[in-house]
Amino acid sequence: MKLMWFHLMPYTELPEDFNRKHPSVWVDIHSSLFDPKRAHHMYNDFMDELEYAAELGYDAVCVNEHHSNGYGLMPSPNLIASSLARRTTDTALCVMGNSLALYNPPTRVAEEFAMIDCISGGRLIAGFPVGSPMDTCYAYGQNPSLLRERYLEAHDLVKRAWTEKDTFAFNGRYNQQRYVNIWPRPIQNDPHPPIWIPGGGSVETWRWCAEMDYVYCYLSYYGYKAGLTTMQGFWNEMEKLGKDRNPYRAGFLQFVGVAESRQQALDLYTEPAEYFYGRCLHVDARFATPPGYTTEATQRAGIQSMVSKAANTASYSSKLSLKATNMKDIVDGGYVIVGSPDEVVEQIRHVATSLNVGHLMLLLQYGNMSKDTTKYNTRLFAEKVMPKVKDLFGDWEDKWWPKPMDKGQRAAVPAFRPQTVAAE
Amino acid sequence: MPEPVTTTIDVNGHPCRVWTKGSGPRMGFLAGLGGLPRWLPFLDRLAERRTVIAPSLPGYPGATGHTELDTHLDWILAMRQIVDGAGLAGADLVGASVGGAFAAEMAAIFPGHVRRLALIAPFGLFDDQELAADPWAQRKDVLPGLMCADGANWNELVAAPEGANSVEWPIEMTRASEAAARAFWPLGNTRLEKRLGLISAPTLILWGDRDAILPPSYAGKFAQGINNGINGAARVETVENAGHLAYLDQPDAVARAVLGHFA
Repeated sequence: MKLMWFHLMPYTELPEDFNRKHPSVWVDIHSSLFDPKRAHHMYNDFMDELEYAAELGYDAVCVNEHHSNGYGLMPSPNLIASSLARRTTDTALCVMGNSLALYNPPTRVAEEFAMIDCISGGRLIAGFPVGSPMDTCYAYGQNPSLLRERYLEAHDLVKRAWTEKDTFAFNGRYNQQRYVNIWPRPIQNDPHPPIWIPGGGSVETWRWCAEMDYVYCYLSYYGYKAGLTTMQGFWNEMEKLGKDRNPYRAGFLQFVGVAESRQQALDLYTEPAEYFYGRCLHVDARFATPPGYTTEATQRAGIQSMVSKAANTASYSSKLSLKATNMKDIVDGGYVIVGSPDEVVEQIRHVATSLNVGHLMLLLQYGNMSKDTTKYNTRLFAEKVMPKVKDLFGDWEDKWWPKPMDKGQRAAVPAFRPQTVAAE
Repeated sequence: MPEPVTTTIDVNGHPCRVWTKGSGPRMGFLAGLGGLPRWLPFLDRLAERRTVIAPSLPGYPGATGHTELDTHLDWILAMRQIVDGAGLAGADLVGASVGGAFAAEMAAIFPGHVRRLALIAPFGLFDDQELAADPWAQRKDVLPGLMCADGANWNELVAAPEGANSVEWPIEMTRASEAAARAFWPLGNTRLEKRLGLISAPTLILWGDRDAILPPSYAGKFAQGINNGINGAARVETVENAGHLAYLDQPDAVARAVLGHFA
């Protein structure tokens, strides 16, 4: 199986009384809470952590896009991916992803992803999320009634921009361009870089992923127990559509904290986990449901299946109502897997097999976790857990993984060595 | 009083419900946020003196087809089809909230279609110095108090009637909100100020003194803009103890003012 190291890049210094004094971590979070000089250190720590994960042999490093968000400091994940392209060599670069309807014109995504693919020698995974209501409709002012149609059209445009050989005119409902002809073009051109779709639990998204042969990713913050219903729904739908159960059709996000013992893990990871589930997910409910964001089919499914309402709808309000904020509930709920290496191995194997997920995206940094603790978590997982779970799904071929240039043909990237001028 | 007569007209291949009631000269009503999930006491007051025709707008209860409409021109042309199809061409027209913005557009762009115009807290303008509230970013418990001076009036409008489909009803209510968002997201600003000067129909502007969505001061901006403020074409009246959907809070007072203006 593939073990991927995901960073959300949370602002790590939200005050303790944040939830009491501020209505939301997202959309209208106050600028006075942001210290750019502290963010300088956060960004550099986070990028060190991503590079460290690449050095330790994780299959991919993952970044994503959020706007006006106190737990996601990457309005442009492409900037981070571009830096990682130079500071890593063999690790896949998973940009999870660019919210297509937010780019005008969307060919910008085709271009920037092609740049990352070229710089990295063909290591890009291209994620295309619709984007959350907070990011798209509120922070970016997109019309919720038009968002999905714009997203789908932008997808068509980006894909054509990657694959058509000649300059073409795009005559869309929302985008019209007389001359589409992107330079550069992606290295992965057979037919294009792998496309992964992070989505909620809507049947429409599952069907679309199956039809387009894309990887479906369920990026919930609520762990494998809450994710089970959704992933079962996904696999049931694949079966109906006559698709095989290749676990590499799917991706799943899971928080993990590993230490020498379970108690040590609790000692180390309680504060960052409670910081994340408390402060980082403190989102004002008024930003949860812009009308039209959730399709009527999904609304209908959500109303009809009260049993699985939490996991089965793309409604952010129902997701938010799920949340526990103290460590006992966080761990009991499966949001964060904690334990000794062997305990974590057992749980990861259970998650992977019960959800049948070949691409496991791990959050080993969360909340206000320090760089030292993050590196410890990352190293211990790489050394003691990874070798005991890598064998899973060995019989299946991952047809959705990047196909980079041969190593021998790739540019040698020298390590960064600042020239110090002798002052003496 | 008898129930309104229901007919259906076709707009871009989608059905739009038209409710008609009363007798006397025809007048049209384009409803505000939430649309017309049910017949209203306000419309009964009007129907005592006039033939009231209340077409549903695309996406609001009783109609679909909002998803066909991408641009503001698409919306205005749909309104033209609705006004023609409902037999309202040349009649008096009253529009409220989102429906008020469309009524104003009709009077500006198709002046022969609107005899006299009444606007109840219409959308269409935005003032950076005095922000309108965001009707699409509100907690459920706060929304009723923003829509009406007495939130119970909003709750009554959107409550599922006995026998309503418990799955489809909430979806319809969300669709009405989506239809409004589709035309007015994110600020409610359709640059209507550019066209207000074209309105020559005598216009009454009504505004609830407790409108928590659109500040009552916006009434003056409409009055200044309509017919470029010439010849007192527009008159402003404040409705006491009324919120954004003043016709729900004060049906009698609003109906009286409208009927007086149309007389």
